[in-house]
Amino acid sequence: MANVSITRAGIPTAEEILEPAPGAVLRRRIFGNTGLIIGATVLLIIVLVALFADFISPGDPYDQVLSRKLIPPIWHDGAKVTWDHPLGTDALGRDYLTRLFYGARISLFIGFAAMIISGIIGTTLGVMAGYFGGRVDMVVNFILTTRLSLPVVLVALAVVSLIGSSLTVVIWVLGLLIWDRFAVVMRSATQQIRNLEFVSAAQALGCSTPRIILSEIMPNIANHLIVVATLEMAHAILLEAALSFLGLGVQPPEPSWGLMVAEAKGLIFFDAWLIGIPGAAIFILVLAINLLGDGIRDVTAPENRN
Amino acid sequence: MLAYALKRLGIALLVALTVSIITFSMVYLPGDPAMALAPESASQEDIEHIRRVYGFDRPILVQYFDWLVNAVQGDFGHSHYLNEPAANVIFDRLPTTMLLGACAITFALLLSIPLGVLAAIRPNSIIDRIALTIAVVGQAMPTFWFALTMMLWFGITWRLLPITGTASWKNFIMPAVALGYYVTPGVMRLTRAGMLDVLASDYIRTARAKGLRPMRVLFKHALRNAILPVVSLAAVQFGFMLGGSIVIETIFAINGLGFLAWESIQRADLPMMQAIVLVLSVFYIALTLLADLLNAFLDPRIRVS
Amino acid sequence: MVKPILEVENLCVDIDVPSGVLSAVQNVSFSVAKGETLCIVGESGCGKSITALSLMNLLPKTANRSADKLTLDERDLRGLREREMSNIRGDQMAMIFQEPMTSLNPTYTIGNQLEEAMRRHRDVSASEARDRAVFLLEKVGITGARGRLGQYPHQLSGGLRQRVMIAMSLMCEPALILADEPTTALDVTIQAQILHLLADIRDEFETSLILITHDLGIVARVADRVAVMYAGEFVETGTAEQVFNAPSHPYTQGLLRCIPIPGKTKRGAHLGAIPGIVPNLVGKMDTCHFASRCPYVDDKCLSGPVDLRAAFEASHQYRCVLSPKVCAGNLKSGTAA
Repeated sequence: MANVSITRAGIPTAEEILEPAPGAVLRRRIFGNTGLIIGATVLLIIVLVALFADFISPGDPYDQVLSRKLIPPIWHDGAKVTWDHPLGTDALGRDYLTRLFYGARISLFIGFAAMIISGIIGTTLGVMAGYFGGRVDMVVNFILTTRLSLPVVLVALAVVSLIGSSLTVVIWVLGLLIWDRFAVVMRSATQQIRNLEFVSAAQALGCSTPRIILSEIMPNIANHLIVVATLEMAHAILLEAALSFLGLGVQPPEPSWGLMVAEAKGLIFFDAWLIGIPGAAIFILVLAINLLGDGIRDVTAPENRN
Repeated sequence: MLAYALKRLGIALLVALTVSIITFSMVYLPGDPAMALAPESASQEDIEHIRRVYGFDRPILVQYFDWLVNAVQGDFGHSHYLNEPAANVIFDRLPTTMLLGACAITFALLLSIPLGVLAAIRPNSIIDRIALTIAVVGQAMPTFWFALTMMLWFGITWRLLPITGTASWKNFIMPAVALGYYVTPGVMRLTRAGMLDVLASDYIRTARAKGLRPMRVLFKHALRNAILPVVSLAAVQFGFMLGGSIVIETIFAINGLGFLAWESIQRADLPMMQAIVLVLSVFYIALTLLADLLNAFLDPRIRVS
Repeated sequence: MVKPILEVENLCVDIDVPSGVLSAVQNVSFSVAKGETLCIVGESGCGKSITALSLMNLLPKTANRSADKLTLDERDLRGLREREMSNIRGDQMAMIFQEPMTSLNPTYTIGNQLEEAMRRHRDVSASEARDRAVFLLEKVGITGARGRLGQYPHQLSGGLRQRVMIAMSLMCEPALILADEPTTALDVTIQAQILHLLADIRDEFETSLILITHDLGIVARVADRVAVMYAGEFVETGTAEQVFNAPSHPYTQGLLRCIPIPGKTKRGAHLGAIPGIVPNLVGKMDTCHFASRCPYVDDKCLSGPVDLRAAFEASHQYRCVLSPKVCAGNLKSGTAA
């Protein structure tokens, strides 16, 4: 009697109802996530602007026309307001919209390059600590604690002032300073993965450690890596802006957004828009990158929200 | 508990030692420190003279230990520019920055903890959304721009608050908000996440099954557990804030440590820079040590074992 | 007949999930008399824990409870505000949970957590509550009770913590205790001790007990009455003798076949297993819930929902279209094989 075949009775199983095709789930998650869409779109626009700044700019970012200085943007009233300079001109008569476009280039480039440097350092340390544990973990933790106890802005400013400021110096200083979050996240992600069966299986098969890390661990922590990478790029952009604002980041006459705010600081009583526009640009860029990062986290690992 | 505290203290001392090495080595960042100190017109002899006077001709290790021993005794060298012991200048300016930091962290905690708790009690409600918006905006706002915008509106347009200086308590409102707002998102997210975790835990269900009233469940059983990690974070953030005060103090012309740091960097006053970095780092290390010990004390799983 | 402490008629719990409405508990009716033990048996996810939580009104916010009748000591529990319900919880009905390791707050002492259970409902001084806590800790077999009051949960083993939970449930001497798999997370030897303890407590304090479990061995030892639950429904109810001696629902039989009987089950013989998995409970289900796994399934089972009906006696009910004898006969041949 126990051999009577089981009749399904047309009742779908739990798996059938709860698990639609993985692609469909991902799509629903992506398009249900407004933040991700907005962030990705805005970032794409800014990237395109940065790439094609040469073609879409109304003027030259370094061209000073002192007779046309401090023209307000078009939403202001006044005799000088002109469509030739939609966002007006700065104190040296340079077209503000053009400088804003070229500034996107600097922000994105510095943010991206510093993120790559810090990503390589942080991921290497984090994965090693998570994979090997024990002494390696202790050493990495020690380096991490030491790094965290150094005040980032202050050390960055001091170092840049001591060795002289340039784009390369700013990128390296930021990259060498902000790898902490990469290390923390990659460490805990690796710890979780390395205890799973497939890693033990690979070890039992005799795979070499570098091979296990590259082909078993890395693909499984890639989503965390992407999320931290976006957040750290945003962090680097904010820090660059702060350094430039304090006069020790990107140097004049380059059109860095932070520097543009600094140059207009003295004019806050008269031409506040000179501060408002580049500041808003930094805010929107960083917001877009953060929204993208948060969105990716929600889509790839919804259980890790909050 | 004692073993834990001693171990933690040992690590803190090691970290402080490492930080001191990094700080000391800043002297050699520009290459030859004597050359960097000398005016451009200086002859080779002048440079050699500077080298001898400042002791750069001694072996590096000797220089380091000399510097470290002095620093431990509270002598952080002599400011080139102010011609005063760096320690004196620092301890003149420190109280202002501490006051600013205390105001800022108070503002941040008063805003973020209640919002985080409310957001966790009613996920996806209006309050949750407001909290999320504050967090997202706070993380993306450049501190200096936020400070300048506040200055423009509250100081210049509406003339509600003084723009610069430290004359009255009103002077601290905008700087504290600007500095505190930057750390609000982190604290709020952690409070919310911790609270959500705790509220879903078995012991909260037990507390409710006992018939305890919602407020008692929340304040006695949930908040204490959820707040433990927030204590550490708040301490860490306070340390970050002191470092970040350089931007705020520069904008609002507050004569504290951050402003001093910026001035020293402008004047290439290296002993002063080193002293400030060292003092802030050691302060941060002490703060995290204190937070860990406080955490251990509040959490019986660590305290009683 | 004695007046029942708890009466439940047509209790339903619906839970909102992303894919629709999950009917976790469907038309469940039972009553528990003073000093009586009702065991609710079923596999994981059948709705037995949800049933218990719904009696305490501790369901998650996404769940909706409804019932035609739900009274504790003749007081209607339906529509009570949270405030009124919290007056009843811990006072007239208490609950013991499955996870002793996580059910106590790690940041407060045992004493603190025991005392507050009493001081919430009774106007007693701190020292009176402490004396009561010591008395009950000794009752549940904890030695050095007064010293234990200052200890934290992490300093106690799982078995001790569950004893503390039992003591906590007794602080106000409730009329009814709900025990949701109280021994599942414990070692086998400790399981027996805790079970004996529960039975002793029930006898000594004349408490009614609803014991939720998936372990038929436990049921056989302590139950006065048994309800077998499957996919949100009671599929068989009756006294312990009725259900164990004449199991009438194919699911009950399947469960009984899964446990070895000392002296009867031959060494090396295969134990039974119920093939298949529990059906999805999202959306309305218009068939016998067990049809997908039942060896006797036919068209009648799929034509509509099956109602409970009397088996050999009126107090013994089961939910199957087959006559009880058919199944009972099959069980015997199955066991013998």
